[in-house]
Amino acid sequence: MKSMRYVVPLLIFVALVALLLKGLGQDPKEVPSPLVGKPAPAFTAQQLHVPEKQFSASDMKGRVWMLNVWASWCFSCRAEHELVTRMAREHGIVVVGLNYKDEPADAKGWLQQFGNPYVTSVMDQEGDIGIEYGVYGVPESFIIDKSGVIRRKVIGPINDSAEEKPQNSVDQLLAFINELEAE
Amino acid sequence: MRRLSYQLPLVLLLLVLTAPLLAGIETYTFETPEQEQAYKNLTEELRCLVCQNQNIADSNAELAQDLRKKAYQQVKQGKSEDEVAEWMVDRYGDFVLYRPPVKATTLFLWVGPLLFLLIAFVVLWRIGRARRNQPPEADSVDEQSLEQARHMLENKES
Amino acid sequence: MIPEIGHIALILALGIAVIQAFFPLAGAQLGIRSWVSVARPAANLQMLFMLVAFGSLMYAFIDFDFSVKYVATNSNSKLPTLYRVSAVWGGHEGSLLLWATILAVWGFAVSLFSRSIPDVMVARVLGVLGLVSIGFLMFTLLTSNPFDRIPMQADGRDLNPLLQDFGLAVHPPMLYMGYVGLVVPFAFAIAAMLGGRLDAAWARWSRPWTNIAWLFLTIGISLGSWWAYYELGWGGWWFWDPVENASFMPWLVATALMHSLAVTEKRGAFKAWTVLLAIFAFSLSLLGTFLVRSGVLTSVHAFASDPARGVFILAFLAVVVGGSLALFAARGKSIRSFVSFDLLSRESGLLLNNILLVVVTFMVLLGTVYPIIHNAFGWGNLSVGKPYFDLFFVILTVPLAIALGAGQLLRWKRDSMTNLFSKVRTALIVSVVAGVGAAALLMPTFSLSAALGIGIGVWIVCTTGKAIREQLASRSFSAIPRGFWGMAFGHVGVAFFAVGITLTSVYSIEKDIRLAPGESYELGGFNFEFDKVNDISGPNYSGNRGVITITKDGFETVLHPEKRNYFSSGMPMTEAGIDAGFTRDLFVALGEPLGDGAWAVRLYHKPFIRWIWLGTIIMALGGFLAATDKRYLRMASRARRQSRQAAITEGAAA
Repeated sequence: MKSMRYVVPLLIFVALVALLLKGLGQDPKEVPSPLVGKPAPAFTAQQLHVPEKQFSASDMKGRVWMLNVWASWCFSCRAEHELVTRMAREHGIVVVGLNYKDEPADAKGWLQQFGNPYVTSVMDQEGDIGIEYGVYGVPESFIIDKSGVIRRKVIGPINDSAEEKPQNSVDQLLAFINELEAE
Repeated sequence: MRRLSYQLPLVLLLLVLTAPLLAGIETYTFETPEQEQAYKNLTEELRCLVCQNQNIADSNAELAQDLRKKAYQQVKQGKSEDEVAEWMVDRYGDFVLYRPPVKATTLFLWVGPLLFLLIAFVVLWRIGRARRNQPPEADSVDEQSLEQARHMLENKES
Repeated sequence: MIPEIGHIALILALGIAVIQAFFPLAGAQLGIRSWVSVARPAANLQMLFMLVAFGSLMYAFIDFDFSVKYVATNSNSKLPTLYRVSAVWGGHEGSLLLWATILAVWGFAVSLFSRSIPDVMVARVLGVLGLVSIGFLMFTLLTSNPFDRIPMQADGRDLNPLLQDFGLAVHPPMLYMGYVGLVVPFAFAIAAMLGGRLDAAWARWSRPWTNIAWLFLTIGISLGSWWAYYELGWGGWWFWDPVENASFMPWLVATALMHSLAVTEKRGAFKAWTVLLAIFAFSLSLLGTFLVRSGVLTSVHAFASDPARGVFILAFLAVVVGGSLALFAARGKSIRSFVSFDLLSRESGLLLNNILLVVVTFMVLLGTVYPIIHNAFGWGNLSVGKPYFDLFFVILTVPLAIALGAGQLLRWKRDSMTNLFSKVRTALIVSVVAGVGAAALLMPTFSLSAALGIGIGVWIVCTTGKAIREQLASRSFSAIPRGFWGMAFGHVGVAFFAVGITLTSVYSIEKDIRLAPGESYELGGFNFEFDKVNDISGPNYSGNRGVITITKDGFETVLHPEKRNYFSSGMPMTEAGIDAGFTRDLFVALGEPLGDGAWAVRLYHKPFIRWIWLGTIIMALGGFLAATDKRYLRMASRARRQSRQAAITEGAAA
């Protein structure tokens, strides 16, 4: 039917609206990590509290652990810190801190004030380790499995309410880590 | 807790955006003009991930500065544009490139415009064919002649 | 007090809009004369109320009323008066108010200048405008009220320093006049479909409105581009940012619409195409509004993004555009034209032109929304930027430019290759020679792109010259219709534009360098000498000002690039030092101080960059000439004469 062709613009438009509606629920600025499923980039760096000792990512082989990127100048980290502490103290999660682009004195002071849930914190004053991990904002967290493969990247602060970002919920992460422990 | 958490993304963004609107002027020196051009091309095609749509050449956000430094170091080491771009993509994904890669998932993006052009020409051809076979309409007097007639009538009036 | 008056005026405007929409449309459909005649008074009243609302907001700004939330977030006690005025449209709520006000202005203009158009048609047109107003006013009142109050603030947060600039103050009103103005041809198209009558007269009525909207859009976009160039400090003038694309797409379709209307008026052809283009153009305007305010895409231009508001706009978009396209689907068959023309004829040339413009539009749309598509399929976010758009833009517009030149020389209805070729032969040779010659001899290095760009520019100018000669062959200079000059200027504008963008992209030179006082650097044959940097202060900022002397063969100029820190927001800004010239711009921007009085500076030599905006100005002038063709003025004066005669005879009969 020749007259069918006049419906075509309407159909194209409906498809466009459907797409835009879906788009409203997405975040156009979120950068998914290409490192998920790949081995965690190796690094060796000075420890914050014990500067004469070094820490390597490979030290953690055989264990499930979380690398948490934080800094004393980061406001959001403060909110997340309670949950990270809970994860470490109440659930025995091994968390290593990556102190990103910070001054050691400020960092130590911050941990003194808000508590130190980290097994250790490593210094990344230039941000080079961060770049290796594809860090583009603070806070971010990486969950790494027993064989040293990054299994999950948490972008933004870990939260405890479902209304914010459900994929950052602390309960979900705890469950996920449990799964990895069982592997 | 709730109030803080909804302001957090904004605060996070503000903290990471330092002087983003100043051009990213770096006084790097290069050994060859090719290297300088490679650096320039890279900084124009790499995206600043913490900005609202700028490349790392135009932004002075800290991350942009860091990535410019990395690009400079690698270009100095003799790496090619493609190699440096790949290095960035390995860490940040395809999002960091303003030139989208050609893959299965971007096939429609790259083929699309040419496809549109093809469809357009098919439409044009079919209309052309149909028009040629069309009998001339009785009332389709040339508007130009009509205009001329009107013009002549009006000149007569005034 | 005043903000409350403004708020009430807004509510009254909404009420009037409802009346303006319902009665004329229903009256036209049902044949009730009294309802039909409500249209014009309603449109006039709406304009009045909107002016009151807009005026109230402006008053609140000028009067430093920081108890109005919108004023507090966009103004400051130290803000100069000019920017207090432009701050009215500096944020989301105020710019929406501007949108709605300009919509009312266009309605008033239609009501005023439509004496020669049958009342029923005018009623339908104003009715559609009323419907659109309802949507925008509801959106404003329900989600984005600029008159919301807060406890009186000690001081405001300040207008974004980027917006404290003349170019950017004028850019939104110009742009919106164009954007919003496309509602008029849209309304004409809907009115024609509703009335079931689509003929040459309809096209003739729509044309001047389309031309004027188009010319404002041209000016608006080029102001934005020019502003980005001199203000942002990176020497760029177009980034293919989603919001830029959102203004460019309606422009492309409006250009196609202008050309399509010409054919519909002259030959009665392309009726369905023209209607579709009119709907498409305004849809893209609405889509642009959606993209800028919904947060669905990342952009430097985006207003505070809010997905909740986005849903509202999307729903409005779906209803308006969906409704019109549904109407088109139903009525399309009955409005199509049955005019024949040959494969080689001006009609088919214009059809090719429109198709190419629409393909470019689809390409830009595809690139702009592809990140959303990519993410929607679960493949994560993607960036589609300059490299993609530049590539396809050139591929698609080069054939368009070539077709442009030849197309304006084609005969209506039927032409032959031999005839066409004989007309363009000289132009063809001249363009090739000029292109290659200029690129080889006048430019620093030979470039094929430059040759192509210059060649195209010369081609368009030569073929336009030929078209002018053809006109002069059959009539005197003063008898050539203004509409023809509109076309000529429009096309010549494209030529300048093409040469400008080609030469600037190929031959621009840039250098980032450390310069200490007394040091100099040579760029593009010019010697840039760095003298010093002074401290400065302004009404609401403090900063540094550099002194750079540029010399070449007896030419000398001093530039003063600045770096400013605005007190209220702490945002640093660059003001580049620019020496503008017809054949080149010299551009200096300050970076960071490097110690010992030395600074990082960026130097540019940008050949022929002004031709870009010169081209757009010439194009806009063409639009103006076309819109003010004597035919339209004659139509208006004839209508006035008729109504005067009618009044006399009525008076005599009474």
